Amino acid sequence: MKGHQIVWAVLAAALLFVLAPATAVRGGTAEEGRIEINDFAFAPKSLTIKAGSAVTWENKDDEPHTVVSDSGVFRSAAMDTGEKFTFKFDKPGTYHYACSIHPRMVGTIVVE
Amino acid sequence: MTDDRMLRSRRNALKCMAYGGAGTLFVLAGGVFTPVDLAVAATTKSGSGGSGKPLFVQISDSHIGFNKDANPDVNGTLTQTIELVNAMPEQPALIIHTGDITHLSKPAEFDLAQQLLGRLRTSELHTVPGEHDTTDPTVTEYFSRFGRASNNKGYYSFDHGGVHFIALVNVLEFKPGGLGTLGPEQLAWVSADLKGRSSSTPLVVFAHMPLWTIYEPWGWGTGDAPQLMQQLQRFGSVTVLNGHIHQIVQKVEGHITFHTARATAYPQPRAGEGPGPGPLKVPADELPKMLGVTSVALEKHPRSLALTDRTLAA
Repeated sequence: MKGHQIVWAVLAAALLFVLAPATAVRGGTAEEGRIEINDFAFAPKSLTIKAGSAVTWENKDDEPHTVVSDSGVFRSAAMDTGEKFTFKFDKPGTYHYACSIHPRMVGTIVVE
Repeated sequence: MTDDRMLRSRRNALKCMAYGGAGTLFVLAGGVFTPVDLAVAATTKSGSGGSGKPLFVQISDSHIGFNKDANPDVNGTLTQTIELVNAMPEQPALIIHTGDITHLSKPAEFDLAQQLLGRLRTSELHTVPGEHDTTDPTVTEYFSRFGRASNNKGYYSFDHGGVHFIALVNVLEFKPGGLGTLGPEQLAWVSADLKGRSSSTPLVVFAHMPLWTIYEPWGWGTGDAPQLMQQLQRFGSVTVLNGHIHQIVQKVEGHITFHTARATAYPQPRAGEGPGPGPLKVPADELPKMLGVTSVALEKHPRSLALTDRTLAA
């Protein structure tokens, strides 16, 4: 491999490294997930993350909310205004969840 | 006999419409007194409510632990509510709390609520949990304090003054995306509880979330409540009491009267007004008019119940 080829290879790799997360975020994938609770809704409603990543929910409402997995995998206590709940997803799969205080509030975490 | 029943139902329906008007009028007047007669009371000549000795008082949605702008002093407004009840010339035989005793199901909130409710002159207190009371992961805080009556199931029944009371829980089996749920086990228990009971026994059924659908997008209802109503239909006088929505909404259907109580903590918006059923901030002098209790008296002739709503505004 010649000198300029190495430089190009390094540049290409660097470019991929920089672009990959950006592309992933645009597609709704993240290494660490953040979900805000605003006006009785989870935002984003659906989030895709890699296995081993943690997701943090933060309640921005004046009303308490919970995050409870349909299948019982995770369950937060009541989060008052400004309180957070974090859960680490080790196993790939699709996790549906809801607020047990306001069951109309639903969301999904997809773990790849 | 059947014709007579049908005729009564028709009369009741008309009466209901008349009272619906009166109820609206009261809301406009600031809600000092809201007389609501039960369906059976349609045969009463006077139709006067609240004249008898109060059988019980319903307190709801105290949300001890709440500290936001909509009411920074929920301890104070619960205390005022208790003073209002204690000052009634004739003390009710019992008190019912229809849930959301606490805001975040915290032990300290429950302890404080119990301490405050302990100041009621009427010591017989019957409760059902709200969804705010059952958010601790193991749901033990409510049941360790109030679970004895139901053997930690949440639902139970008892009799007082010839009235049969049924306490139900519709906040434990929540369905994602859906309404409150009673569940098949509880519905089967109700069926067994009512079996062999005379249809002339006045019934009071209470739960936290409304047992009829008031507003589905906000989850203001109970998905399997229609199965409960089928079981209640044969009774001549049924009063269904709920909290949860922090405002009075009422409906009469046949012999069943539905009524939601005001909160002692803070008001909530009317169905569909705003992004969701959060605390509603009103001017400080308006707040006492939007908080209060429901007092229920037993009318002897005919045998039915009369509901009276009172606010904290003197």
